[in-house]
Amino acid sequence: MIAVIDYGAGNLKSVTNALDYLKCENKVVNSPEELENADKIIFPGVGSFGDVVARLNKRKLFKPLKEEILNGKPYLGICLGLQILFESSEESHGKGFGIFRGKIEKFRALKVPHIGWNQIKIIRPGNLFKDVKNNSFVYFDHSYYAGIKNKPMVTSATDYGIDFISALEEGNIHATQFHPEKSGAIGLKILKNFAKCSPKG
Amino acid sequence: MLAKRIIPCLDVREGRVVKGVKFLSIKDAGNPVALAKAYNKQNADELVFLDITASYEKRKTIIDLVEKVAKQIFIPFTVGGGISTIEDIRNLLKAGADKISINTAAINNPGLLKEAAEKFGSQCIVVAIDAKKIKNKWEIFVKGGRQATGFDAVEWAKKVQELGAGEILLTSMNKDGTKEGYDLELTRKISESVNIPIIASGGAGSLESIAKVFSEGKADAALAASIFHYKKYSIKQVKRYLQKKGIGVRI
Repeated sequence: MIAVIDYGAGNLKSVTNALDYLKCENKVVNSPEELENADKIIFPGVGSFGDVVARLNKRKLFKPLKEEILNGKPYLGICLGLQILFESSEESHGKGFGIFRGKIEKFRALKVPHIGWNQIKIIRPGNLFKDVKNNSFVYFDHSYYAGIKNKPMVTSATDYGIDFISALEEGNIHATQFHPEKSGAIGLKILKNFAKCSPKG
Repeated sequence: MLAKRIIPCLDVREGRVVKGVKFLSIKDAGNPVALAKAYNKQNADELVFLDITASYEKRKTIIDLVEKVAKQIFIPFTVGGGISTIEDIRNLLKAGADKISINTAAINNPGLLKEAAEKFGSQCIVVAIDAKKIKNKWEIFVKGGRQATGFDAVEWAKKVQELGAGEILLTSMNKDGTKEGYDLELTRKISESVNIPIIASGGAGSLESIAKVFSEGKADAALAASIFHYKKYSIKQVKRYLQKKGIGVRI
């Protein structure tokens, strides 16, 4: 069973609809116990960095979620679910999980938010990009990004005035800055790849 | 490369897709779920549903519709029309909308816009601006184009960006449903005045008119209804044409 984390703000429906469509068993969860019982975790983050951190803390999910990730449970973070893996963000106060070093930055070169379909330059396929073509278009909707410098876990980069991390993978940890649940057939493929990847990562 | 988006718009009234000309003389144009599926298959980049249902009681049909569409279409979709409270926004997002579009309520209550952007994030807040050219200015109209506001479109666009809008859906009332081409001057003016993406709307006709709204109008996305509903062009045809013209699209 895949746990889809409900932290009281995000639009979870798109993710659960996509998982239902793929016939992947899933459950919306909002307690540490349910998190523990799940085989895999998807964290679809929307809103602001600080708001997500505050909401997770309020629901006493911040620490258990970080622990589950560090203990090796397969995790897929979407959008802010990617950003929260880092230490902090220019967007607002609040500390992320700090599993990866670095601060999330704001786009400055072009129009903000970065909205629409952009391409992924696949650096390595990992689990998520199995059978996904290089330069495929996926859907983005965000104003902040994780920089790409010295980041061995990057699996794809995307150019929006600057190259940023559009996907990363390290062991059991997977994350996409784009929305696979809104990226048509390619996005569904990526979600399926995550659902099928082995629990050990 | 960030692709220029082609967005079919479904004006929905009491559960059916309809289309008017210059905001009037409304005709039936089909079943919304079937049309949404067809557009998804044709590689539409996004879908916009605008609820133009007149009566408040029948409004909940849009929620049912959003739920039905969200179960089958895995591309972004925006829902607008009659949204006036945070609760309306929450209900639509819960039903599966990815973005919501506010028009009249943003003018009547700019605080709502600010609160919505803070609560749900700018990325899901679209502000719809219906503008009509009067002499050398564009004035904003609300309530489905029935009520003038005296507001200047360019000034208002800057203001909504400041309040937290993530995108602007800009409709030229003079061009809406005419198939004469988009209002390029208006689109360019607004696009160059703000730093958020602009979805141009009103007037899509020839393939050339769509290319122009990107090259001359500086739009980030083009919205169209009639040309797609009545099958003048398919989305694929439009995208292939744009590609030939050197405009980056997702094929």
